[in-house]
Amino acid sequence: MDRRQFFRTTAVAAGALALSRDLEAITPVLPRVSMVKDPGVISNGKVNAALIGAHLDRLLALQHDVVDPLEVFRQRFSPKDRVGIKVNCLSGRRMSTHVELVDALVQRLIKVGVPPQNILIWDRLNTDLRQAGFKLQPLEKPVACAGCDTLGYEKELTLHRSIGSLLALAVTRYCTALINVPVLKDHGIVGVTLGMKNFFGAIHNPNKYHLDHGDPYVADLYSHPDIGSKVRLTIVDALEAQCEGGPPFQPNWCQDLGGLLTSDDPVACDRIGWAKIEELRQKKGLPSLKEAEREPTYIHTAALLGLGSDDIKTIEVREA
Amino acid sequence: MASPEKRRVNRRQFLISAGATCAMAQLSLPSLIRNTQAAEMLPEAEIYPYPALYYDKQPNKRIKCTLCPRGCQVDDQERGYCGVRENRGGEYFTLVYGRPCTMHVDPVEKKPLFHFLPGTDIFSLATVGCNVNCKFCQNWQISQIRPEQEKSYDAPPEKIIELTQENGVKAIAHTYTEPVVFYEYVKAIGLAAHKEKIKNVLISNGYIQEKPLLELLPHLDAVKIDLKAFTEKFYQELVVAELKPVLETLKRLIKAGMWTEIVYLVIPTQNDNEVELKEMSRWIFGELGPDVPLHFTRFHPEYMLKTLPPTPVPTLDRAREIAQQAGLHFVYIGNVPGNAAEHTFCPSCGKVVIRRQGFQVIFENFNQGKCRSCGYRIPGIWA
Ligand code: SF4
Repeated sequence: MDRRQFFRTTAVAAGALALSRDLEAITPVLPRVSMVKDPGVISNGKVNAALIGAHLDRLLALQHDVVDPLEVFRQRFSPKDRVGIKVNCLSGRRMSTHVELVDALVQRLIKVGVPPQNILIWDRLNTDLRQAGFKLQPLEKPVACAGCDTLGYEKELTLHRSIGSLLALAVTRYCTALINVPVLKDHGIVGVTLGMKNFFGAIHNPNKYHLDHGDPYVADLYSHPDIGSKVRLTIVDALEAQCEGGPPFQPNWCQDLGGLLTSDDPVACDRIGWAKIEELRQKKGLPSLKEAEREPTYIHTAALLGLGSDDIKTIEVREA
Repeated sequence: MASPEKRRVNRRQFLISAGATCAMAQLSLPSLIRNTQAAEMLPEAEIYPYPALYYDKQPNKRIKCTLCPRGCQVDDQERGYCGVRENRGGEYFTLVYGRPCTMHVDPVEKKPLFHFLPGTDIFSLATVGCNVNCKFCQNWQISQIRPEQEKSYDAPPEKIIELTQENGVKAIAHTYTEPVVFYEYVKAIGLAAHKEKIKNVLISNGYIQEKPLLELLPHLDAVKIDLKAFTEKFYQELVVAELKPVLETLKRLIKAGMWTEIVYLVIPTQNDNEVELKEMSRWIFGELGPDVPLHFTRFHPEYMLKTLPPTPVPTLDRAREIAQQAGLHFVYIGNVPGNAAEHTFCPSCGKVVIRRQGFQVIFENFNQGKCRSCGYRIPGIWA
C-alpha cells in the first residue's frame, strides 16, 4: 500500500470512527486541571526514564479518580484508532517534548491494544523531531515518527473562521485521535505556548498567525473539527519550564520542574499553564505577561468560542 | 525590410502562436502554479540559509527585521511573517537566496508594464513567500508557503543572467510573489544584470522600508507597484498590512526618478467605490504627477475571496473615467481582452500611439518615445 492509498483508507475509517466517538461522549469535560510534580524525575534536563511512566500514571489517577490509569487510555482509544501524538520540538533537546514521556504514552497505548502500526509521533518538521531526540520512522513502520514536511498537507485551502491554511494530512487523513503533548513555556509573541498553540504545527503557514499575540488565530485553529475535536488526551510536559525568552531554549530562564499537567478542557489547561508561568516569572522578578505586553488573550477568546473555561475561580486545580 | 517596430510585432505574434508554455519548455521549467501535495514534496526539504540584510539584534537572541514595515520580531529558530527569513541563534537568514521556485519568459505587458520596453519579453522569476496575505491572491500557492513546501531551483544570480542571455531577453522581472522578501537575491541579480546591460525590474506591493528601498534603487530600472486600495480598512482586512507605507514607497520612487507604473485590482464592493477612486486618482496626480501609468485590472475570484463576482467591465470603465478626469494621462484597463483601454493614447492629440491586443503590440503612431502625429513626448523607457 503506498502512502496515498494508506491515507485514503484511513480517511474513511477516521470519519466513521469520529462519528461513533461523538455519540459515545466518553468522558464529561470538566473544568479540572491536575498537576503532578516530582523534581526527581528530571535533572539538568535529563529525564529519569524509569520514573516517568509512574509519574504519568499518578497524573492520570489524580485527574480521573481511577485506580488503574490504563483505564483512561482504554476509555479513549480503541484498537481501530490511528493515534497521532503531537509533540513540540522547535527547541532542540531542551524545552521540547521529552522523548521519555512520549515513550511512556506509546507503551500505554500499546497496552490497551492500539497497534504500534497505528501510532504516529509527529510535528511540523523532521529536523525539529530529530533535533529533539526522536528517531524518524516512516509511516509503514510500527510507531511512525515524521514531520509534516514528509507527511504533507492537503491540496485544498481550509477556510475556518480567521484561518486560511492547508491542513496537515496527519490531522485530516491519518489520525482518528490525537494526544497533545506540548511543553510549558513562555512565548515571545503570543505570551505562552501550551496546548492550543501546539497545533500551529498542523498548518502550512503558522508564520501568518503570530499577529495580535495569536488572537484569535490560536483559538480559531483549535476549534477546527479536525483538530480540537480529535484531541482525546492532553499532557503538558512541564518537566522543564521556561518563563522567559521562549520559544527557543534559554538556559537562564529554564528550570527543572518535574511537572506534568492534564485536563480535558483545553482552555482551562492553557489558563492554568499560563498561571504557572506567571508564578515562575514572579519568582524571578519578571513583569507579568500583561505588563510585558504579551498577555495570551487568545485563551479568553477560546473560552468565548465555547472551547472551555478560562475562569480561574471555577477551574478545579488538583496538585500532587 | 521590416521596421524595428514591425519586427517586434512579428516576434510577439510568434510567441502568441507558440504559447507561453513553449518559452517555458525551453528552460525545462515547471508550470507556474502547482498544488502542494504530499506526493510532490521532497522527502526532507532542503533549506539554504544565506545572511539576511536589515535587522537589529535584541536580547535573548531575538531579532527585529527592518526590511519591511511589518518589523517582525523573531525569536531564535522562528521565522518572520513572510516565512522565508529565519532567526538562527540570533543571526538572521534568508532561506530563498538563489532558490527560485518558478522562472518564465513572459511578455513585459503581462507584468503589466506598458511604458517599459513594450513588445519585448522579460525573464521572470520568483521565490516562495510574501510579506502580506491578500485574501484575493492569484498566486497564493507559492506566495503563502514556506521554502520547504515547494521545490526550488539552484539558481545563483550568475545562472539567472545566463538563462536570460540564452533566451535573448534584455530584462529580468522579480514577480509573481513578493520580491521584497527575496531582497538580497533581487539586489545581487541587479548588480550582475547591470554589468551585462540587462535591465532589472521589481513587481511589488511596495511594502518595504525606506533604507532598503533606497539602497535597492541603483540596481533597478523600473518598478510596478500594486496599490491594492486607497483605505487603511481594506489594507488591514484584506491585505493584512497598512496603506501608508505603500504610498510612501510610491513617493520615494518618483522622487528618485524611477520609472514606476501602478496597478489597481478593482474588487467589486471592496475597493470600487467612486469616492475612493477619486481620492486615489487625485492623490496620484498631486503626489506622483500625471504621467504615472495607472492600470485598473479586473478581479477574478481566487484564494479566500471566491464568493465575489469578477469585476463588471462598466466598473472598470468608470474607474478609468474618474482617473482621467483627475488629470492622469495614461489610464489602462487590464484583464479584459480586446478592451480599447489597453492602447496608449497621446495625451496631446488623442491618437493611439501604441496599440495592444492581448500581448500583441503595434507601434502605430510612435517614434523614438514620441507621438508621430504631434511630437508629444510619451514618458517611459523605450530602449
Ligand atoms: S520582510 Fe518578512 S520578516 Fe522582515 S519584517 Fe517583513 S514580513 Fe517580517
